[in-house]
Amino acid sequence: MSTIPTPGQTIGPFFGYALPYEGDADLVPPGSPGSIRLHGWVYDGAGNPIPDALLEIWQTDAEGNVPQAEGSLHRDGWTFTGWGRADTDLNGHYSFSTVLPGATAEGAAPFFALTVFARGLLDKLQTRIYLPEHPANAGDPLLVSLSEDERATLVATADATGLRFDVHLQGDRETTFLNYG
Amino acid sequence: MTAPTKKPPVETQADLSAEIAKIEADSEGRNVRQPLLDYPPYRSSILRHPTKDPRHADPETIELWAPCFGHSDVDPLEADLTIAGSNEPIGERITVSGRVLDGEGRPVRDQLVEIWQANSAGRYIHKHEQHPAPLDPNFTGVGRCITDSEGRYRFQTIKPGPYPWGNHINAWRPAHIHFSLFGRAFTQRLITQMYFPSDPLFALDPIYQSITSQKDRDALVATYDHDLTIPEYSMGYSWDIVLTGPSRTWTEPEEGDL
Ligand SMILES: [Fe+3]
Repeated sequence: MSTIPTPGQTIGPFFGYALPYEGDADLVPPGSPGSIRLHGWVYDGAGNPIPDALLEIWQTDAEGNVPQAEGSLHRDGWTFTGWGRADTDLNGHYSFSTVLPGATAEGAAPFFALTVFARGLLDKLQTRIYLPEHPANAGDPLLVSLSEDERATLVATADATGLRFDVHLQGDRETTFLNYG
Repeated sequence: MTAPTKKPPVETQADLSAEIAKIEADSEGRNVRQPLLDYPPYRSSILRHPTKDPRHADPETIELWAPCFGHSDVDPLEADLTIAGSNEPIGERITVSGRVLDGEGRPVRDQLVEIWQANSAGRYIHKHEQHPAPLDPNFTGVGRCITDSEGRYRFQTIKPGPYPWGNHINAWRPAHIHFSLFGRAFTQRLITQMYFPSDPLFALDPIYQSITSQKDRDALVATYDHDLTIPEYSMGYSWDIVLTGPSRTWTEPEEGDL
């Protein structure tokens, strides 16, 4: 039995008819009480938007519980599964409808866990989206380990409908990506 | 249909093969993350790889759990890619099956597996696909299933064809099936490609060669498995997947769970 970890490979250009599905990005119905939009743009190293990226978020519910309900692929509009998927459009824009994640423990900084795939990106990238001006950010072990510039790449900004978070795969504002090994 | 106009590639396969060989020689004996993300022979990766090393994070609660999928998410018929049309798709019928395991060899049970692939002529059903090979009205090339109590998945499909992709002059991808997998934790998420044994295009392909060690590349190649054939009907390939990354403490399944 092989125990060599299976290497990743790029998602390629042709996932668009296979992985996206109806309701994939709507963890809660858009506009429902407590819902927010989490959205942004994905850029390459030249600052051009990436129209063939796929983002997935995984998060606690508003009370900080880890969801363990199935139903992400056939959403019933009532069950919070904590997981969603959004592909970028021709402008490199993605958008989720969800709720703010709650803290899993007293004093812990809540965040969205994020996975990024794209044509041209040979393996997944993972990181966190923290909430702007959350008091617990100041004591978060990851955030305090980063420089101010790096930290800024991991904190969303508030806008009229919720949160904006851009992903830069490369360049001056390159997003800080994580490994958990 | 209009597609973005791209400059035609000028590099030949010989140019690319020389780049591939040089990078492999340079990385020999070095223990590097596989695949390389900075791999210029795959031209689209040049502006799409991070230049900084990833930062270490101790996984926190949500990252130690995986999203939960189940039988309400996937119809068992979605594992058969040959029944989408009113007739049989054209091509060599195959069963592809194997186990999804974690780094300790334990099964990843009740988890979502998604696949997509070209048809037997090397054509995807996709609006940006430009390869002038025939579409097959009886084949969409998309499948899903949920792993069983042993972590096993099983798809009935047809063998995909190789296809040209414009990375350099006359660049062809080896035949492959795209696989999307969720492990026992967020950290184990994987999207990869499964290849077929002894493909003559392996040496020429920058995506496959972005994994610079042969033993790691071999982990993406299925094995012909006569036990998976259906007598007088179809061929069979087996391929196991190992997902690594920290997860929460393993609990032995209860008798009643199995
Ligand atoms: Fe492909």
